[in-house]
Amino acid sequence: MYLPVIGLEVHAQLLTKSKMFCSCSTDHENAPPNTLVCPICMGMPGVLPVPNKKAIELLIKTALALNCEISPFSKFDRKNYFYPDLPKGYQISQYDLPLARGGYVEFEVDSEIKRVRLKRIHLEEDTGKLLHVGEGDRLAEAEYSLVDLNRCGIPLMEIVTEPDIHSPKEARLFLQELRKILRYLEVSSGDMEKGSLRCDANVSVMTEKGILGIRTEIKNVNSFYSLEKALEYEIERQINLLKEGKEVIQETRHWDEKKQITVTLRGKEEAEDYRYFPEPDIPPIIISKEILEEIKKTIPPLPLQRKLLLQNTLFLSPIESEIITSEKELCEFFDECLKLYNNPKNLSNWITVELMSYLNDQKLNFRDLNIEPKRFVKIIEMVDKNEITRPVGKEILRKYLDTKEDPEKIVEKEGLKTVSDLDFLKEIVKRVIDGNERAVLDYLKGKKNVINFLVGQVMKETKGRASLDLVKNLLEEELNKR
Amino acid sequence: MIRNFIQQLRKTAHLARLNLTEEEEELYSKQLEEILNYFQKLQELDTSNVEPMAHVLPLNNVWREDEIKESMEKELILKNAPEIENNCFKVPKIVKNI
Repeated sequence: MYLPVIGLEVHAQLLTKSKMFCSCSTDHENAPPNTLVCPICMGMPGVLPVPNKKAIELLIKTALALNCEISPFSKFDRKNYFYPDLPKGYQISQYDLPLARGGYVEFEVDSEIKRVRLKRIHLEEDTGKLLHVGEGDRLAEAEYSLVDLNRCGIPLMEIVTEPDIHSPKEARLFLQELRKILRYLEVSSGDMEKGSLRCDANVSVMTEKGILGIRTEIKNVNSFYSLEKALEYEIERQINLLKEGKEVIQETRHWDEKKQITVTLRGKEEAEDYRYFPEPDIPPIIISKEILEEIKKTIPPLPLQRKLLLQNTLFLSPIESEIITSEKELCEFFDECLKLYNNPKNLSNWITVELMSYLNDQKLNFRDLNIEPKRFVKIIEMVDKNEITRPVGKEILRKYLDTKEDPEKIVEKEGLKTVSDLDFLKEIVKRVIDGNERAVLDYLKGKKNVINFLVGQVMKETKGRASLDLVKNLLEEELNKR
Repeated sequence: MIRNFIQQLRKTAHLARLNLTEEEEELYSKQLEEILNYFQKLQELDTSNVEPMAHVLPLNNVWREDEIKESMEKELILKNAPEIENNCFKVPKIVKNI
């Protein structure tokens, strides 16, 4: 038996308007190549980088939320290496005095709380983007590459964990929780597809006797799913090597998404030597207690805290609580609705079933919706009061979300109020029974389930405006006369 | 000692992506060695009670507000590029084939 030992390095772009050391915009996705650059982020001689205060504050906000210790004295360093996406020939980063150390992230694994400790969080700048041109789109197959420096210099927060993770699934759940936290804190969009959140994994396997194995580093993991897959593959590869009596080589391996394997990327012929030294252009950063207190006030309750609160005080199921706390905006919407409507169980049901199915169908995110708690609750109340039936309520919710029209007006305009006129309903029941001789015969022979078909026919005639129980009763009453 | 130093010089030159001729290696190693030996003198000082200095100026927290200013014109930026394609800098193959 081998125990996987995994540590993660997570890079998150911070949500600032301007870059880390210059005033170029960070909106790199919506700009043509090389239009958001200046002499500072291009690394031209004689320029002066000046840190973005907001980026430092966002990092501290994250660090406080993750229980880190904030360094009262911190500095920037130069990390020297050559690569075409790094025009200065060095990256401004932090080496021995990062802004934050220690701390931890808690998350759920199979309903149990697991804690992963953090080593440090530091601030650095992102690199440019490379587009590899050639037969494949992979680096090794490229004939040449194109460099777009718009992303170069965007503030990047690096979160490094201790090797406390012991399975690929745990690694994925950790990263998903961390993303959620970053989004709750509004420090990063956490979008892995767009590369705002990136993750490298260090992995080794420990033998039964507790001997630590040699680790490899996996790069190019672009989704939660590929993080799990890449780790599964790499752990199996290492175990197989050890079983064959071979050695694991300490190296960087790339996750090949197409082939679903990790591959070594030779070409880096020797161990890396970054020759860090203090950045002479940037004086040190001193964080006062006052700054910390100010930032502390801006930290909202975190998603796991919120989730457990829903489970333990409102008695929602773990799945419902998970869905409602999946996005901060949705969680706040739930809170707002709850102020207007004091039935958490029913409210949760409408959100996790009806609202979610609308979002799934329309392929929308909750934050794109612009839904008003007052209107949403009104629909639920109309159903509760039997003014409309549940199927009609569902339909009105969809119409409301499509048009943003007042739900009450939709009901009125389209005549969707529940039909309580007994004579009218009885007439429809009779008509349905007369029109479905075969079903009626089956029912009378004992196939009681057929009644659901007949109920459906009546509902169709009333456009869903009749109470199900009432229709069923009326049908049974009428059928028993035959 | 000299031999050892040439090894170190070659490593440093490689990290800086400099190609040195044999003559240059000899010249620079001599010069650099002299410089380093001179600095060696500093090692004689007892600095065990001195905090490492992070910066030469008595300044801290020199930072700016998060505000966007206009970037440079693309045409100007690309003037520095030996080769351009699709408004990007075109660079040769990065990693050799395995």
